Amino acid sequence: MNRLARITVFMLALLLWPGVSAAASGEQENLVLAAQSDTASLRKSSPEAAADTSGELDMDEYLYGHVGDAYGWHITTVNGHPVTVHLPVIVRSKTTGWHIFSSKRIEEGEEYEGFRIAAKGEPNEGKLVEETAGGIVRPLDISITKNVFGLMVNSLVVVLLVLLGARWYRRHDAVEEAPHGFAGIVEMLVTMIEDDIIKVCVGPDYKRYSPYLLTAFFFIFINNLMGIIPIFPGGANITGNIAVTFTLAICTFLAVNLFGNKHYYKDIFWPDVPVFLKAIPLMPLIEIIGVFTKPFSLMIRLFANILAGHMMLLGVVAVVFLTAKMGIGLNAGMSFIAVCFGVFMDILELLVAFLQAYVFTMLSSVFIGLSRQAPEKE
Amino acid sequence: MSLVTPDFGLLFWMVLIFGIVLFILWKFGFPIITDMVEQRAARIENSLRLAREAEEKMRELAQEQDRLVEEARKQQAAMLKEATESRKEILEQAKAEARAEADKILTAARTEIAAEKESALREVRAQVAELSIGIAEKVLRKEMEDPVAAERFVEKLTEEI
Repeated sequence: MNRLARITVFMLALLLWPGVSAAASGEQENLVLAAQSDTASLRKSSPEAAADTSGELDMDEYLYGHVGDAYGWHITTVNGHPVTVHLPVIVRSKTTGWHIFSSKRIEEGEEYEGFRIAAKGEPNEGKLVEETAGGIVRPLDISITKNVFGLMVNSLVVVLLVLLGARWYRRHDAVEEAPHGFAGIVEMLVTMIEDDIIKVCVGPDYKRYSPYLLTAFFFIFINNLMGIIPIFPGGANITGNIAVTFTLAICTFLAVNLFGNKHYYKDIFWPDVPVFLKAIPLMPLIEIIGVFTKPFSLMIRLFANILAGHMMLLGVVAVVFLTAKMGIGLNAGMSFIAVCFGVFMDILELLVAFLQAYVFTMLSSVFIGLSRQAPEKE
Repeated sequence: MSLVTPDFGLLFWMVLIFGIVLFILWKFGFPIITDMVEQRAARIENSLRLAREAEEKMRELAQEQDRLVEEARKQQAAMLKEATESRKEILEQAKAEARAEADKILTAARTEIAAEKESALREVRAQVAELSIGIAEKVLRKEMEDPVAAERFVEKLTEEI
Protein backbone atom coordinates (compact mmCIF):
# COMPACT_ATOMS: atom_id res chain seq x y z
CA MET A 1 0.00 0.00 0.00
CA ASN A 2 2.84 2.30 0.86
CA ARG A 3 4.25 1.76 -2.58
CA LEU A 4 0.91 2.46 -4.21
CA ALA A 5 0.57 5.71 -2.27
CA ARG A 6 4.06 6.70 -3.31
CA ILE A 7 3.34 6.09 -6.96
CA THR A 8 0.08 8.04 -6.76
CA VAL A 9 1.74 11.03 -5.13
CA PHE A 10 4.53 10.91 -7.67
CA MET A 11 2.12 10.79 -10.59
CA LEU A 12 0.07 13.62 -9.16
CA ALA A 13 3.20 15.71 -8.76
CA LEU A 14 4.20 14.97 -12.32
CA LEU A 15 0.81 15.87 -13.66
CA LEU A 16 0.50 19.02 -11.59
CA TRP A 17 3.92 20.45 -12.21
CA PRO A 18 3.57 21.11 -15.94
CA GLY A 19 0.00 22.17 -15.19
CA VAL A 20 1.26 24.88 -12.90
CA SER A 21 3.85 25.96 -15.42
CA ALA A 22 1.32 25.96 -18.21
CA ALA A 23 -1.08 27.89 -16.03
CA ALA A 24 1.64 30.43 -15.36
CA SER A 25 2.37 30.80 -19.03
CA GLY A 26 -1.31 30.92 -19.86
CA GLU A 27 -1.87 33.60 -17.31
CA GLN A 28 0.95 35.60 -18.77
CA GLU A 29 -0.48 35.21 -22.24
CA ASN A 30 -3.84 36.42 -21.00
CA LEU A 31 -2.14 39.37 -19.41
CA VAL A 32 -0.38 40.20 -22.61
CA LEU A 33 -3.54 39.76 -24.62
CA ALA A 34 -5.40 41.98 -22.18
CA ALA A 35 -2.71 44.57 -22.56
CA GLN A 36 -3.09 44.28 -26.28
CA SER A 37 -6.83 44.85 -26.25
CA ASP A 38 -6.45 47.72 -23.80
CA THR A 39 -4.03 49.48 -26.02
CA ALA A 40 -5.49 48.46 -29.34
CA SER A 41 -6.69 51.98 -29.92
CA LEU A 42 -3.34 53.50 -29.13
CA ARG A 43 -1.37 54.56 -32.14
CA LYS A 44 2.31 54.20 -31.72
CA SER A 45 5.44 53.19 -33.54
CA SER A 46 8.26 50.93 -32.41
CA PRO A 47 11.34 49.53 -34.11
CA GLU A 48 9.52 46.22 -34.48
CA ALA A 49 6.47 47.76 -36.04
CA ALA A 50 8.20 50.48 -38.03
CA ALA A 51 7.45 48.66 -41.23
CA ASP A 52 3.77 48.48 -40.36
CA THR A 53 1.78 50.98 -42.32
CA SER A 54 -0.59 51.45 -39.44
CA GLY A 55 2.24 52.30 -37.05
CA GLU A 56 0.61 50.27 -34.32
CA LEU A 57 2.38 47.64 -32.27
CA ASP A 58 0.89 44.40 -33.42
CA MET A 59 1.13 42.38 -30.22
CA ASP A 60 0.41 39.08 -31.92
CA GLU A 61 3.14 39.56 -34.42
CA TYR A 62 5.45 41.01 -31.79
CA LEU A 63 5.05 38.09 -29.41
CA TYR A 64 4.84 35.19 -31.83
CA GLY A 65 7.46 36.74 -34.08
CA HIS A 66 9.87 36.59 -31.16
CA VAL A 67 9.03 33.25 -29.63
CA GLY A 68 8.11 31.52 -32.88
CA ASP A 69 10.08 30.29 -35.83
CA ALA A 70 10.85 32.21 -39.02
CA TYR A 71 12.57 31.65 -42.35
CA GLY A 72 14.91 34.60 -41.90
CA TRP A 73 16.46 35.95 -38.72
CA HIS A 74 15.24 39.50 -38.27
CA ILE A 75 17.70 41.23 -36.00
CA THR A 76 16.53 44.83 -35.96
CA THR A 77 15.21 47.59 -38.19
CA VAL A 78 17.38 50.63 -38.90
CA ASN A 79 15.66 53.67 -40.47
CA GLY A 80 12.88 51.53 -41.82
CA HIS A 81 15.23 48.97 -43.35
CA PRO A 82 15.06 45.58 -41.71
CA VAL A 83 18.41 44.02 -40.83
CA THR A 84 17.87 40.33 -41.42
CA VAL A 85 20.12 37.30 -41.63
CA HIS A 86 18.79 35.37 -44.60
CA LEU A 87 18.77 31.62 -44.14
CA PRO A 88 18.50 28.83 -46.68
CA VAL A 89 15.05 27.49 -47.47
CA ILE A 90 15.07 23.78 -48.30
CA VAL A 91 11.80 22.35 -49.57
CA ARG A 92 10.71 19.35 -51.57
CA SER A 93 7.68 19.77 -53.75
CA LYS A 94 5.73 16.69 -54.73
CA THR A 95 5.66 17.92 -58.32
CA THR A 96 8.92 19.80 -58.90
CA GLY A 97 11.34 18.12 -56.50
CA TRP A 98 13.93 19.77 -54.28
CA HIS A 99 14.34 23.56 -54.08
CA ILE A 100 17.01 25.42 -52.20
CA PHE A 101 16.99 29.21 -52.13
CA SER A 102 17.59 32.11 -49.78
CA SER A 103 14.81 33.31 -47.54
CA LYS A 104 15.40 36.75 -49.11
CA ARG A 105 13.40 35.57 -52.13
CA ILE A 106 10.21 35.04 -50.16
CA GLU A 107 10.36 38.09 -47.92
CA GLU A 108 7.25 40.21 -47.60
CA GLY A 109 5.01 37.53 -49.09
CA GLU A 110 6.84 37.38 -52.42
CA GLU A 111 6.49 34.24 -54.46
CA TYR A 112 9.53 32.33 -55.68
CA GLU A 113 9.48 29.15 -57.77
CA GLY A 114 5.88 28.66 -56.77
CA PHE A 115 6.59 28.99 -53.04
CA ARG A 116 5.45 31.73 -50.71
CA ILE A 117 4.84 32.23 -47.01
CA ALA A 118 1.17 31.83 -46.18
CA ALA A 119 -0.32 35.16 -45.19
CA LYS A 120 -2.21 35.93 -42.01
CA GLY A 121 -5.52 34.13 -41.82
CA GLU A 122 -4.61 31.49 -44.38
CA PRO A 123 -4.09 27.87 -43.33
CA ASN A 124 -0.43 27.13 -42.41
CA GLU A 125 -0.03 30.78 -41.47
CA GLY A 126 3.58 31.88 -41.53
CA LYS A 127 4.73 28.64 -43.12
CA LEU A 128 5.97 28.05 -46.61
CA VAL A 129 3.22 26.89 -48.97
CA GLU A 130 3.21 25.88 -52.59
CA GLU A 131 0.59 26.85 -55.16
CA THR A 132 -0.15 23.80 -57.24
CA ALA A 133 -2.91 22.77 -59.59
CA GLY A 134 -4.57 20.95 -56.73
CA GLY A 135 -4.64 24.08 -54.60
CA ILE A 136 -2.31 25.42 -51.89
CA VAL A 137 -0.30 22.61 -50.29
CA ARG A 138 2.45 22.45 -47.74
CA PRO A 139 5.64 20.96 -49.21
CA LEU A 140 8.15 18.88 -47.28
CA ASP A 141 9.95 21.69 -45.52
CA ILE A 142 13.34 21.16 -43.89
CA SER A 143 14.50 24.77 -44.18
CA ILE A 144 17.27 26.07 -41.98
CA THR A 145 14.94 28.33 -40.08
CA LYS A 146 15.76 30.77 -37.31
CA ASN A 147 15.35 28.04 -34.70
CA VAL A 148 17.36 25.50 -36.70
CA PHE A 149 20.15 28.02 -37.18
CA GLY A 150 20.03 28.92 -33.51
CA LEU A 151 20.09 25.23 -32.68
CA MET A 152 23.19 24.75 -34.83
CA VAL A 153 25.00 27.70 -33.24
CA ASN A 154 24.07 26.61 -29.73
CA SER A 155 25.02 23.00 -30.44
CA LEU A 156 28.38 24.21 -31.67
CA VAL A 157 28.76 26.12 -28.41
CA VAL A 158 27.87 23.00 -26.42
CA VAL A 159 30.28 20.80 -28.38
CA LEU A 160 33.10 23.35 -28.14
CA LEU A 161 32.46 23.88 -24.45
CA VAL A 162 32.71 20.21 -23.62
CA LEU A 163 35.46 19.32 -26.09
CA LEU A 164 37.62 22.25 -24.95
CA GLY A 165 37.01 21.09 -21.43
CA ALA A 166 37.94 17.53 -22.40
CA ARG A 167 41.03 18.70 -24.31
CA TRP A 168 42.63 19.73 -21.06
CA TYR A 169 42.60 16.07 -19.96
CA ARG A 170 44.44 14.97 -23.09
CA ARG A 171 47.21 17.44 -22.44
CA HIS A 172 47.61 17.02 -18.73
CA ASP A 173 48.01 14.17 -16.36
CA ALA A 174 44.62 14.60 -14.81
CA VAL A 175 45.44 12.03 -12.18
CA GLU A 176 48.19 14.23 -10.80
CA GLU A 177 46.55 17.66 -11.08
CA ALA A 178 43.14 19.26 -11.15
CA PRO A 179 42.10 21.66 -13.92
CA HIS A 180 41.79 25.41 -13.38
CA GLY A 181 39.88 28.06 -15.27
CA PHE A 182 37.70 26.96 -18.14
CA ALA A 183 38.28 23.23 -17.86
CA GLY A 184 37.71 23.58 -14.13
CA ILE A 185 34.25 25.07 -14.68
CA VAL A 186 33.35 22.32 -17.13
CA GLU A 187 34.60 19.69 -14.72
CA MET A 188 32.71 21.28 -11.86
CA LEU A 189 29.44 21.19 -13.83
CA VAL A 190 30.05 17.66 -15.07
CA THR A 191 30.89 16.29 -11.64
CA MET A 192 28.02 18.17 -10.05
CA ILE A 193 25.50 16.63 -12.43
CA GLU A 194 27.08 13.22 -12.30
CA ASP A 195 27.57 13.03 -8.54
CA ASP A 196 24.43 14.83 -7.40
CA ILE A 197 21.96 13.54 -9.96
CA ILE A 198 23.07 10.67 -12.13
CA LYS A 199 24.81 8.47 -9.57
CA VAL A 200 22.09 9.04 -7.00
CA CYS A 201 19.04 8.68 -9.25
CA VAL A 202 20.10 6.10 -11.82
CA GLY A 203 21.77 3.66 -9.48
CA PRO A 204 24.60 1.21 -9.95
CA ASP A 205 24.79 1.10 -13.75
CA TYR A 206 24.74 4.86 -14.16
CA LYS A 207 27.76 4.81 -16.47
CA ARG A 208 25.73 3.66 -19.45
CA TYR A 209 23.37 6.62 -19.16
CA SER A 210 25.70 9.31 -17.90
CA PRO A 211 26.84 10.62 -21.35
CA TYR A 212 23.24 11.02 -22.53
CA LEU A 213 22.10 12.72 -19.33
CA LEU A 214 25.12 15.03 -19.30
CA THR A 215 24.56 15.88 -22.94
CA ALA A 216 20.91 16.62 -22.24
CA PHE A 217 21.87 18.87 -19.33
CA PHE A 218 24.48 20.86 -21.24
CA PHE A 219 22.32 21.03 -24.35
CA ILE A 220 19.31 22.39 -22.47
CA PHE A 221 21.38 24.67 -20.26
CA ILE A 222 23.26 26.30 -23.14
CA ASN A 223 20.14 26.62 -25.26
CA ASN A 224 18.31 28.21 -22.33
CA LEU A 225 21.15 30.63 -21.71
CA MET A 226 21.52 31.52 -25.38
CA GLY A 227 17.79 32.18 -25.44
CA ILE A 228 18.21 34.85 -22.78
CA ILE A 229 20.90 36.71 -24.75
CA PRO A 230 18.82 39.19 -26.76
CA ILE A 231 21.14 39.73 -29.75
CA PHE A 232 22.02 37.50 -32.68
CA PRO A 233 22.86 34.59 -32.57
CA GLY A 234 21.18 34.34 -29.19
CA GLY A 235 17.57 35.06 -28.44
CA ALA A 236 16.01 32.26 -30.44
CA ASN A 237 13.36 30.50 -28.43
CA ILE A 238 14.76 27.00 -28.87
CA THR A 239 14.06 25.11 -25.67
CA GLY A 240 10.70 26.90 -25.65
CA ASN A 241 9.83 25.11 -28.88
CA ILE A 242 7.77 21.97 -28.64
CA ALA A 243 9.67 20.16 -31.42
CA VAL A 244 12.93 20.48 -29.47
CA THR A 245 11.54 19.40 -26.13
CA PHE A 246 9.63 16.64 -27.90
CA THR A 247 12.89 15.22 -29.27
CA LEU A 248 14.56 15.42 -25.88
CA ALA A 249 11.60 13.75 -24.19
CA ILE A 250 11.61 10.99 -26.83
CA CYS A 251 15.30 10.36 -26.08
CA THR A 252 14.51 9.92 -22.39
CA PHE A 253 11.49 7.78 -23.29
CA LEU A 254 13.72 5.49 -25.36
CA ALA A 255 16.42 5.39 -22.69
CA VAL A 256 13.82 4.38 -20.10
CA ASN A 257 11.85 1.86 -22.11
CA LEU A 258 14.48 0.23 -24.32
CA PHE A 259 16.70 -0.69 -21.38
CA GLY A 260 14.07 -1.26 -18.71
CA ASN A 261 14.62 -4.49 -16.77
CA LYS A 262 12.21 -7.34 -16.14
CA HIS A 263 11.06 -5.89 -12.87
CA TYR A 264 10.12 -2.61 -14.57
CA TYR A 265 7.92 -4.33 -17.14
CA LYS A 266 6.42 -6.64 -14.56
CA ASP A 267 5.50 -3.59 -12.51
CA ILE A 268 3.70 -2.11 -15.50
CA PHE A 269 1.72 -5.12 -16.66
CA TRP A 270 1.36 -7.06 -13.43
CA PRO A 271 1.98 -4.65 -10.56
CA ASP A 272 2.24 -5.65 -6.95
CA VAL A 273 -1.35 -4.81 -6.00
CA PRO A 274 -4.47 -6.80 -5.04
CA VAL A 275 -5.68 -9.01 -7.88
CA PHE A 276 -9.04 -7.25 -8.33
CA LEU A 277 -7.15 -4.11 -9.34
CA LYS A 278 -5.39 -6.07 -12.05
CA ALA A 279 -8.34 -8.09 -13.23
CA ILE A 280 -10.26 -5.07 -14.51
CA PRO A 281 -7.28 -4.11 -15.51
CA LEU A 282 -7.13 -0.75 -13.81
CA MET A 283 -3.58 -0.67 -12.48
CA PRO A 284 -1.86 -1.85 -15.68
CA LEU A 285 -3.80 0.82 -17.55
CA ILE A 286 -2.67 3.52 -15.16
CA GLU A 287 0.90 2.24 -15.34
CA ILE A 288 0.86 2.23 -19.14
CA ILE A 289 -0.50 5.77 -19.20
CA GLY A 290 2.25 6.62 -16.76
CA VAL A 291 4.87 5.38 -19.20
CA PHE A 292 3.78 8.09 -21.62
CA THR A 293 2.93 10.86 -19.19
CA LYS A 294 6.43 10.83 -17.74
CA PRO A 295 8.22 11.95 -20.93
CA PHE A 296 5.18 14.07 -21.83
CA SER A 297 5.57 15.99 -18.58
CA LEU A 298 9.26 16.44 -19.37
CA MET A 299 8.38 17.86 -22.77
CA ILE A 300 5.67 20.23 -21.54
CA ARG A 301 7.57 21.38 -18.47
CA LEU A 302 10.65 22.56 -20.32
CA PHE A 303 8.65 23.98 -23.23
CA ALA A 304 6.18 25.86 -21.02
CA ASN A 305 8.77 27.22 -18.62
CA ILE A 306 11.06 28.61 -21.27
CA LEU A 307 8.23 29.88 -23.46
CA ALA A 308 6.61 31.56 -20.46
CA GLY A 309 9.92 33.16 -19.55
CA HIS A 310 10.35 34.57 -23.06
CA MET A 311 6.74 35.75 -23.12
CA MET A 312 7.08 37.48 -19.77
CA LEU A 313 10.26 39.24 -20.80
CA LEU A 314 8.68 40.32 -24.08
CA GLY A 315 5.60 41.50 -22.23
CA VAL A 316 7.70 43.55 -19.85
CA VAL A 317 9.65 45.10 -22.72
CA ALA A 318 6.42 45.76 -24.64
CA VAL A 319 5.32 48.11 -21.86
CA VAL A 320 7.93 50.59 -23.10
CA PHE A 321 6.38 50.68 -26.59
CA LEU A 322 2.78 50.46 -25.44
CA THR A 323 3.13 53.52 -23.25
CA ALA A 324 5.05 55.52 -25.88
CA LYS A 325 1.99 57.54 -26.88
CA MET A 326 0.72 58.11 -23.35
CA GLY A 327 2.85 61.14 -22.76
CA ILE A 328 6.51 61.51 -21.99
CA GLY A 329 6.12 61.38 -18.22
CA LEU A 330 4.07 58.23 -18.11
CA ASN A 331 6.25 56.60 -20.76
CA ALA A 332 9.43 57.46 -18.86
CA GLY A 333 7.98 56.19 -15.60
CA MET A 334 6.66 53.00 -17.12
CA SER A 335 9.90 52.46 -19.04
CA PHE A 336 11.85 52.75 -15.81
CA ILE A 337 9.59 50.23 -14.13
CA ALA A 338 9.73 47.98 -17.20
CA VAL A 339 13.54 48.07 -17.24
CA CYS A 340 13.75 47.31 -13.53
CA PHE A 341 11.27 44.49 -13.90
CA GLY A 342 13.08 43.30 -17.03
CA VAL A 343 16.37 43.09 -15.12
CA PHE A 344 14.61 41.11 -12.42
CA MET A 345 13.04 38.84 -15.02
CA ASP A 346 16.36 38.30 -16.75
CA ILE A 347 17.98 37.25 -13.50
CA LEU A 348 15.03 34.99 -12.78
CA GLU A 349 15.39 33.50 -16.25
CA LEU A 350 19.06 32.76 -15.53
CA LEU A 351 17.90 30.75 -12.56
CA VAL A 352 15.16 29.10 -14.61
CA ALA A 353 17.65 28.30 -17.39
CA PHE A 354 19.76 26.34 -14.95
CA LEU A 355 16.86 24.95 -12.98
CA GLN A 356 14.99 23.56 -15.97
CA ALA A 357 18.11 21.89 -17.34
CA TYR A 358 18.72 20.48 -13.87
CA VAL A 359 15.13 19.32 -13.45
CA PHE A 360 15.02 17.71 -16.89
CA THR A 361 18.23 15.82 -16.16
CA MET A 362 17.13 14.85 -12.69
CA LEU A 363 13.71 13.56 -13.73
CA SER A 364 15.20 11.71 -16.70
CA SER A 365 17.64 10.11 -14.25
CA VAL A 366 14.83 9.23 -11.88
CA PHE A 367 12.78 7.65 -14.67
CA ILE A 368 15.80 5.70 -15.88
CA GLY A 369 16.58 4.72 -12.30
CA LEU A 370 13.02 3.41 -11.86
CA SER A 371 13.37 1.30 -14.99
CA ARG A 372 16.60 -0.20 -13.64
CA GLN A 373 15.41 -0.80 -10.10
CA ALA A 374 16.05 -4.19 -8.60
CA PRO A 375 12.99 -5.93 -7.16
CA GLU A 376 12.24 -5.06 -3.56
CA LYS A 377 12.98 -7.78 -1.08
CA GLU A 378 9.83 -8.93 0.64
CA MET B 1 -1.87 27.30 -32.47
CA SER B 2 1.49 26.67 -34.05
CA LEU B 3 3.25 26.96 -30.68
CA VAL B 4 2.15 23.53 -29.51
CA THR B 5 2.34 21.65 -32.84
CA PRO B 6 5.84 20.45 -33.55
CA ASP B 7 7.05 21.58 -36.97
CA PHE B 8 8.44 18.74 -39.07
CA GLY B 9 11.45 20.67 -40.41
CA LEU B 10 12.58 21.71 -36.95
CA LEU B 11 11.92 18.22 -35.62
CA PHE B 12 14.06 16.75 -38.39
CA TRP B 13 16.93 19.12 -37.73
CA MET B 14 16.62 18.76 -33.98
CA VAL B 15 16.88 14.97 -34.20
CA LEU B 16 19.84 15.26 -36.55
CA ILE B 17 21.67 17.94 -34.58
CA PHE B 18 20.98 16.46 -31.18
CA GLY B 19 22.03 13.07 -32.52
CA ILE B 20 25.33 14.46 -33.76
CA VAL B 21 25.94 16.38 -30.54
CA LEU B 22 25.13 13.31 -28.49
CA PHE B 23 27.43 11.16 -30.61
CA ILE B 24 30.37 13.60 -30.44
CA LEU B 25 30.04 14.20 -26.73
CA TRP B 26 29.52 10.49 -26.03
CA LYS B 27 32.60 9.63 -28.04
CA PHE B 28 35.00 12.46 -27.27
CA GLY B 29 33.50 14.54 -24.50
CA PHE B 30 32.01 13.36 -21.28
CA PRO B 31 33.56 9.91 -20.81
CA ILE B 32 37.03 11.47 -20.92
CA ILE B 33 36.14 13.98 -18.24
CA THR B 34 34.21 11.59 -16.04
CA ASP B 35 36.81 8.82 -16.36
CA MET B 36 39.62 11.18 -15.49
CA VAL B 37 37.72 12.61 -12.57
CA GLU B 38 36.99 9.10 -11.41
CA GLN B 39 40.61 8.09 -11.77
CA ARG B 40 41.67 11.16 -9.85
CA ALA B 41 39.12 10.44 -7.16
CA ALA B 42 40.37 6.87 -6.95
CA ARG B 43 43.93 8.11 -6.73
CA ILE B 44 43.11 10.61 -4.03
CA GLU B 45 41.29 7.94 -2.10
CA ASN B 46 44.23 5.60 -2.58
CA SER B 47 46.66 8.31 -1.50
CA LEU B 48 44.62 8.99 1.60
CA ARG B 49 44.58 5.31 2.40
CA LEU B 50 48.32 5.09 1.83
CA ALA B 51 48.86 8.13 4.02
CA ARG B 52 46.77 6.57 6.72
CA GLU B 53 48.70 3.34 6.40
CA ALA B 54 51.99 5.21 6.45
CA GLU B 55 50.90 7.03 9.56
CA GLU B 56 49.94 3.74 11.12
CA LYS B 57 53.28 2.27 10.11
CA MET B 58 55.09 5.31 11.45
CA ARG B 59 53.34 4.91 14.74
CA GLU B 60 54.23 1.23 14.77
CA LEU B 61 57.80 2.04 13.87
CA ALA B 62 58.01 4.62 16.63
CA GLN B 63 56.69 2.08 19.08
CA GLU B 64 59.14 -0.48 17.75
CA GLN B 65 61.92 2.05 18.09
CA ASP B 66 60.94 2.85 21.64
CA ARG B 67 60.81 -0.82 22.38
CA LEU B 68 64.24 -1.36 20.82
CA VAL B 69 65.77 1.52 22.74
CA GLU B 70 64.29 0.19 25.92
CA GLU B 71 65.61 -3.26 25.17
CA ALA B 72 69.02 -1.91 24.30
CA ARG B 73 69.11 0.02 27.51
CA LYS B 74 68.16 -3.08 29.43
CA GLN B 75 70.77 -5.09 27.60
CA GLN B 76 73.34 -2.45 28.27
CA ALA B 77 72.55 -2.50 31.94
CA ALA B 78 72.69 -6.26 31.98
CA MET B 79 75.98 -6.25 30.14
CA LEU B 80 77.45 -3.70 32.51
CA LYS B 81 76.34 -5.76 35.43
CA GLU B 82 77.74 -8.88 33.90
CA ALA B 83 81.02 -7.14 33.13
CA THR B 84 81.33 -5.95 36.69
CA GLU B 85 80.61 -9.41 37.92
CA SER B 86 83.03 -11.08 35.61
CA ARG B 87 85.72 -8.55 36.50
CA LYS B 88 85.19 -9.29 40.11
CA GLU B 89 85.28 -12.98 39.40
CA ILE B 90 88.43 -12.69 37.33
CA LEU B 91 90.05 -10.69 40.07
CA GLU B 92 88.98 -13.24 42.64
CA GLN B 93 90.26 -16.05 40.55
CA ALA B 94 93.53 -14.28 39.89
CA LYS B 95 93.96 -13.66 43.55
CA ALA B 96 93.17 -17.24 44.37
CA GLU B 97 95.57 -18.49 41.77
CA ALA B 98 98.28 -16.16 42.98
CA ARG B 99 97.72 -17.33 46.50
CA ALA B 100 97.90 -20.97 45.46
CA GLU B 101 101.03 -20.33 43.48
CA ALA B 102 102.61 -18.53 46.39
CA ASP B 103 101.66 -21.37 48.71
CA LYS B 104 103.15 -23.86 46.34
CA ILE B 105 106.37 -21.90 46.09
CA LEU B 106 106.52 -21.51 49.83
CA THR B 107 105.91 -25.22 50.38
CA ALA B 108 108.58 -26.11 47.87
CA ALA B 109 110.98 -23.71 49.52
CA ARG B 110 110.23 -25.14 52.93
CA THR B 111 110.73 -28.68 51.77
CA GLU B 112 114.00 -27.76 50.17
CA ILE B 113 115.09 -25.92 53.19
CA ALA B 114 114.21 -28.90 55.35
CA ALA B 115 116.04 -31.24 53.02
CA GLU B 116 119.08 -28.99 52.96
CA LYS B 117 119.00 -28.78 56.68
CA GLU B 118 118.74 -32.57 56.99
CA SER B 119 121.62 -33.16 54.68
CA ALA B 120 123.67 -30.48 56.39
CA LEU B 121 122.97 -32.03 59.76
CA ARG B 122 123.82 -35.46 58.43
CA GLU B 123 127.12 -34.16 57.16
CA VAL B 124 127.84 -32.43 60.40
CA ARG B 125 126.96 -35.61 62.27
CA ALA B 126 129.22 -37.67 60.08
CA GLN B 127 132.11 -35.26 60.51
CA VAL B 128 131.50 -35.09 64.23
CA ALA B 129 131.50 -38.91 64.35
CA GLU B 130 134.67 -39.07 62.31
CA LEU B 131 136.28 -36.45 64.47
CA SER B 132 135.14 -38.27 67.63
CA ILE B 133 136.47 -41.55 66.38
CA GLY B 134 139.76 -39.92 65.46
CA ILE B 135 139.97 -38.26 68.83
CA ALA B 136 139.01 -41.46 70.57
CA GLU B 137 141.62 -43.32 68.57
CA LYS B 138 144.26 -40.86 69.57
CA VAL B 139 143.09 -40.93 73.17
CA LEU B 140 143.04 -44.76 73.16
CA ARG B 141 146.36 -44.96 71.57
CA LYS B 142 147.82 -42.75 74.24
CA GLU B 143 146.08 -44.65 76.99
CA MET B 144 147.20 -48.04 75.68
CA GLU B 145 150.88 -46.99 75.72
CA ASP B 146 150.81 -47.48 79.47
CA PRO B 147 150.10 -51.37 80.11
CA VAL B 148 148.77 -50.69 83.61
CA ALA B 149 146.37 -48.09 82.50
CA ALA B 150 145.45 -50.36 79.63
CA GLU B 151 144.76 -53.18 81.93
CA ARG B 152 142.76 -51.05 84.22
CA PHE B 153 140.77 -49.80 81.37
CA VAL B 154 140.01 -53.24 80.11
CA GLU B 155 138.87 -54.16 83.51
CA LYS B 156 136.71 -51.21 83.80
CA LEU B 157 135.14 -52.02 80.46
CA THR B 158 134.60 -55.59 81.50
CA GLU B 159 132.94 -54.46 84.63
CA GLU B 160 130.77 -52.19 82.74
CA ILE B 161 129.61 -54.99 80.46
